[in-house]
Amino acid sequence: MANRTAAPKPVSLKRFPGLATGAAFFFVYLYLPILFVVFLSFNENRIATIWTGFTFDWYPLVLGNADVLRAAQNSLIVATFASVIATMAATLAALAMTQGRAMRRQEVVNGSLALPLLIPEIVTAVATLIFFVAIGMPLGLLTITAAHTVFCIPFAYLPIRARLEGMDPSLREAAFDLYANERQAFFRVTLPLLWPGILSGLLLAFIVSLDNFVITFFVSGPGSTTLPVYIYGMIRTGVTPEVNAVSALLLLVSLVLVTVALLLSRRET
Amino acid sequence: MSKKTWMAAVSVAALTGMVFGGAGSAKADELFVFNWTNYTSPEVIEKFEEETGISVTLDVYTSNEDLMAKLRAGGATYDVALPSDSYVARMIEEDMLHAFDARSLSNFDNVTEPHDAPYYDPERQYSAPYMWGTTGIGYNKAALEDGEELEHSWKELFEPREQFQGEIGMLDEIGDVMQAAAFYLDIDACTEDPDDWRQIQELLLDQREHVKVYSATGTDASLVSGEILMHHMWNGAAHRAWREDSNIDYLYPEEGVVFWADNMVIPNSARNIENAKKFINFMMSEEAAAMTSNFTGYSNTVRGASAMLSDDLRESPAVNVPEEFGDRLKMIPPCSQRSDELRDRVWTRVLQ
Amino acid sequence: MSTREAQAERPVEPQAAPQSAPQAAKGAMRGDLGAVRREMARRLALLTPAMGIIILVMVVPLALMLTYSFLTSARYGGVIWEFSTDAYLQFLFVRDLDDSLLFNDTYLRIFARSFGLSLATMGVALLIGFPAALFIALQPPKYRTMLIFLVTIPFWTNLLVRNYAWILLLRDRGLINNTLMDLGVISQPLPLIYNNFGITLGLVYSFIPFMVLPIYASLEKLDWRLVEAAYDLGANRWEALKRVIIPLAKPGIIAGSVLVFVPSLGAYITPQLLGGGRNLMIGNLIQLQFGASQNWPFGAALAFILLAIVLLALVLWALRARRSGTSLKEVEIG
Repeated sequence: MANRTAAPKPVSLKRFPGLATGAAFFFVYLYLPILFVVFLSFNENRIATIWTGFTFDWYPLVLGNADVLRAAQNSLIVATFASVIATMAATLAALAMTQGRAMRRQEVVNGSLALPLLIPEIVTAVATLIFFVAIGMPLGLLTITAAHTVFCIPFAYLPIRARLEGMDPSLREAAFDLYANERQAFFRVTLPLLWPGILSGLLLAFIVSLDNFVITFFVSGPGSTTLPVYIYGMIRTGVTPEVNAVSALLLLVSLVLVTVALLLSRRET
Repeated sequence: MSKKTWMAAVSVAALTGMVFGGAGSAKADELFVFNWTNYTSPEVIEKFEEETGISVTLDVYTSNEDLMAKLRAGGATYDVALPSDSYVARMIEEDMLHAFDARSLSNFDNVTEPHDAPYYDPERQYSAPYMWGTTGIGYNKAALEDGEELEHSWKELFEPREQFQGEIGMLDEIGDVMQAAAFYLDIDACTEDPDDWRQIQELLLDQREHVKVYSATGTDASLVSGEILMHHMWNGAAHRAWREDSNIDYLYPEEGVVFWADNMVIPNSARNIENAKKFINFMMSEEAAAMTSNFTGYSNTVRGASAMLSDDLRESPAVNVPEEFGDRLKMIPPCSQRSDELRDRVWTRVLQ
Repeated sequence: MSTREAQAERPVEPQAAPQSAPQAAKGAMRGDLGAVRREMARRLALLTPAMGIIILVMVVPLALMLTYSFLTSARYGGVIWEFSTDAYLQFLFVRDLDDSLLFNDTYLRIFARSFGLSLATMGVALLIGFPAALFIALQPPKYRTMLIFLVTIPFWTNLLVRNYAWILLLRDRGLINNTLMDLGVISQPLPLIYNNFGITLGLVYSFIPFMVLPIYASLEKLDWRLVEAAYDLGANRWEALKRVIIPLAKPGIIAGSVLVFVPSLGAYITPQLLGGGRNLMIGNLIQLQFGASQNWPFGAALAFILLAIVLLALVLWALRARRSGTSLKEVEIG
């Protein structure tokens, strides 16, 4: 309370005691299992969860295994396309649902956009497969991406909508009053304001797609196996540290991508 | 839309085409195989590709039902798939398989009994044998008192001794569990009599308090780490556990041991039938069979392959069925719809 | 019919009136119907991509599944085209030997447990996720994005692999129990796994980013001058939290709760691995129908029963929110 008058933002915000501790606890909770995953990728034992000694052997094995690499590559391609398409569609939908007048049947639209969340995966999986076959679409990365885009939409839509809700509409109005056209208003005003929501939605959509197994399995065709399908296929033959090594490599890729993105964005600003 | 937007759209479309294209193109020298993960030796595939010039693409599945659902819907054009015993029967019944007469293949002569004429395809019209194994009981000998020995009976699993109570792991595979219970109670697992199923339900419910986990993943690791002292498990997993810890042993219950066999089939939708036949024939060669066994840890069906097996495979108690137990091996047959309904009801009740 | 049409022409629903007031006012000022039409056309155009994808690749296939749920199960999966309501009857009744129907609560219990566990998951995720989101939103802008990425990076690894890591941490001889026993805090291992605790912890872990990111997205726009003003008016920090911050975060909290609660209902891998598979959840039950049971109509029927229950709950909730929601909206507009 003493430094209330000093009050530039950061000072007063430190007033929530335990918040930093809570956040620290949160990140430990988040990363403790992940450290374990990486640690076990150096396990020499073929049984992933039994530590017997250190080895680096799984990495060359993974990098030399064309099936794993293809599966990982397929996963990344699908997740990228599906999350980007879903986020774009979700952004537009969120704009429609929050800017301007309220609509009749708003709940119906909201409900439809959340529908993919509500149906257990296996049902969607079988239904979508039968549908694709019925319309004669060859199964492959395209069908996987289409199916992923659908269930990515709610994961992108809800954060973006949450961001937009209660956002001051007068800013966009002001842009119009300054003779900005619809596009200019969007790119100069709405988009920058919306950015944290879009980023959140995009990231959620991406990880949801990257992890999907059941739907992917059903709508995939020859040669389009993704990483989760490969990993779940190990049930009968045992889970080897190979999957830990793949996981660690994917973490590395994600770290590199994030670092590059951050450096680029910093240079821009 | 402005010119710029159009250009952007066109270039995105072109890029998309580049990324997604190629998957559907059919070439003469290729083969699409559908199998479980880590169930196909990469060396064998390499050798096959070298010898024949056919390029193999491998995809994986996680259960027989998934495989069947997928092939039923169509659209997935695999040349070779590997369903287990009763599923071969179901797929034949549903007219999902291409008849290629495995006996006409040159390496079929290598196939040992009884794999040359199994009940699900006695003439081997639609299928050729791949790997086989058993579902029995793996346990840790360290839990026993000095001189104590377990009986080769399902009793040890369903009515466990004190030191195993609360330390039991069961497969969460409905077929394996029900068959084991039926063996123990001396009931036909395809029974349609509700009273029989009531007995099975009681047995499983009583056993439930001793069960720590129902799981089919990581059974080997749970046993080696000591987390589970006795696990209802596939012999391949028991073998892997034994390789880590020689205290791990495997029981062949006298009431009957589930015996399963995976088979190479050519689905009706296959596009490269000749290549598929070449592949199936190749896999029945002594060398390929031995390499596959060494890689998967499961037994093959090929005469003469045993000479090339790795040492640990030849000594493993879980892989080598002692001769006197040979007649205990029985397969899970496909049952009637009524029987399956009752079975599912019991399972759901046990795990509700 | 005529009243409905009259309603249709009244474009503004009272519930969202404050939010759209400026534009409505503007439209009224121009006084032309064309503006309203343009507005509707724009909105339709914006909704087309998302709704188009969902209707084509989701609603159409689901209509097929709804049909399946009223058909007869074929022997080994698939359906026979004969009308039957068996799949729905099966949810509450079993057929006795003489074909009479007996009440059976097995499936109801599984549904009830799933809802309970999902609610618990949502609650815990909110308790852990809200402070984390607030903390991130309070950081200087250049760190915020980095922290948001940090929240999602662990999820680049596979769910199965992550669950395995938890097994190693939680089991009787796992890292946590061993450490506590070595320190002498406990003498017997704590039952951390193969029970509801293990399931909840695993589900929270699986879905935590879905709670944190939406809350962050709505908190990030917080105008801290409002908080300052609250301080200046003598509010203590908890009042500021309760009256300013939480109301502003509410859209994010709602979005996050939906994104955690609903997928938890259908989860099946975590209950299997961390719950020890001892208790089926809805996800496992439905999986079983398309798997070993090969009874597609029943699996589809279970999914639609679940859908009906969730939709009903959401409608009731929305009705309640509408009744009490106006005061909140006013706060949001400031």
